[in-house]
Amino acid sequence: MPSSVQPVTVEVTVNGNKYRREIEPRMLLVEFVREELGLTGTHIGCDTSYCGACTLLLDGKPIKSCTALAVQADGCEIMTVEGLEKDGQLHPLQSAFSEHHGLQCGYCTPGMLMSSYSLLQENASPSRDEICKGIAGNVCRCTGYQNIVKAVDAAAKQVQEG
Amino acid sequence: MYPAPFQYYRPDSLQEAIRLLTKFGDEAKVLAGGQTLLPMLKMRLGDMSHLIDIGRLPGLSHIEQKGDTIHIGALATHADIAASDVAKTIPLLSDCGGGIADKQVRNRGTIGGGLSVADPSGDWPTGLHTLDTTVVCVGPAGERKVAIADFIIDSYTADLQDGELVTEVQIKVPPANSGGAYLAFKRAAPAYPTSTAAVQLTMDGDICKDIRMALGASASKAVVCEEAENALRGQALTRENLEKAAALIVAASEPPADARGSEAFKRAMLLSIVIEAAERALARSKGEEIKGGHRYA
Ligand SMILES: Cc1cc2nc3c(=O)[nH]c(=O)nc-3n(C[C@H](O)[C@H](O)[C@H](O)COP(=O)(O)OP(=O)(O)OC[C@H]3O[C@@H](n4cnc5c(N)ncnc54)[C@H](O)[C@@H]3O)c2cc1C
Ligand code: FES
Ligand code: FES
Repeated sequence: MPSSVQPVTVEVTVNGNKYRREIEPRMLLVEFVREELGLTGTHIGCDTSYCGACTLLLDGKPIKSCTALAVQADGCEIMTVEGLEKDGQLHPLQSAFSEHHGLQCGYCTPGMLMSSYSLLQENASPSRDEICKGIAGNVCRCTGYQNIVKAVDAAAKQVQEG
Repeated sequence: MYPAPFQYYRPDSLQEAIRLLTKFGDEAKVLAGGQTLLPMLKMRLGDMSHLIDIGRLPGLSHIEQKGDTIHIGALATHADIAASDVAKTIPLLSDCGGGIADKQVRNRGTIGGGLSVADPSGDWPTGLHTLDTTVVCVGPAGERKVAIADFIIDSYTADLQDGELVTEVQIKVPPANSGGAYLAFKRAAPAYPTSTAAVQLTMDGDICKDIRMALGASASKAVVCEEAENALRGQALTRENLEKAAALIVAASEPPADARGSEAFKRAMLLSIVIEAAERALARSKGEEIKGGHRYA
């Protein structure tokens, strides 16, 4: 880091684990999660705030981590796609994406999962239109979205039925 | 992509933020939600060596009604405003805040940032033009209140003096029998709108007592047209009358031909959305519930 710039300390809780790092203030949150913490599930797609591949939850809310500085997350709770699986069990959303062919190359999938996860937290039984709106900030170049919407719908039903 | 290196500050009071901003002048930038500034810094647009993060300043995220005025702190996010009780009182706020970009951007971006940027296709500047809106700015010389029409000077130019910050947006609660609506057409959720229209009106039975209209993304700032509004005041809001007034305000617009569409396409779009916004405003003035303000594929 250039010697003239004061480093900043960032303390975050990611998927329940606490981390503390000294970084350059210009480090983006997505780089922090991937490079500093080694959590490479969160992807960098466009790097220009459009595609949503970098979506993670900051204090429970989905944000684009390529459009946030790591230092802005200081003291916050973060959930990344790695936090979905519990005790070796895939989250119902992950199983549904697999079952309903909701991914092809899989590049958009971590972001899709985090946006869908947030949607189901707010709305346990979203309509088709609500699912589309919920993932409107996530671009997929492969699937044409149909199977993603099917997967989210199936996961919502499965969670409801327990 | 990384921004160029900068020194980072997170002041814990408004006074400290203003002091830093005054001290560093042109070498400093203020960071609120970062949804405009960070993409710019990543593209290395704009020179800056001191970043003053106001994102956590206390007392600037409120959304509340006091008497006949709604007070929205500069740091209130688009998402929080859309979900708030005040957006139930003034549905136009829910149309605007609930449709900007996508959920991820709405969770970060702030109303203070949206106004300060003064992007001609930004949603808040156009929407708020039809309400009785005052922007509160605080700087080294103290507090200043500016009407929205004066605050937005031109494309990407807001009336912010050296060392000044927007702290609050104040909106008068419209009188009884009022309704408003904001409509935006865009190519995709995270795209800036192609054309936008806002209408806020007050009815007296079937007669339009007062009306304000504005078009966005259609000139260097929100387009307003007294002639169009005067054509409707004191009249019934028949389709024919609305079409006449819509033609007047669209004639006053200067939509630029660009990647989002030709000038002719945009004029046709403006005509249709301003009429529909007026019809929605009218329906809401009668208590009808209508949701949604942004259209995209
Ligand atoms: C993909 C994408 C799509 C978008 N689409 C739309 C859209 O369709 N419509 C729309 O309206 N917006 C859109 N936006 C922009 C978004 O609404 C921004 O949130 C908003 O323009 C700026 O708010 P911010 O809090 O993020 O400001 P920041 O990015 O933090 O700051 C922007 C500028 O404003 C200044 N500033 C911020 N707050 C203050 C303050 N309180 N006082 C003085 N100066 C201040 C900063 O110094 C900076 O120069 C989009 C953004 C993205 C990333
Ligand atoms: S990588 Fe962040 S939005 Fe595309
Ligand atoms: S599965 Fe390839 S981008 Fe979505």
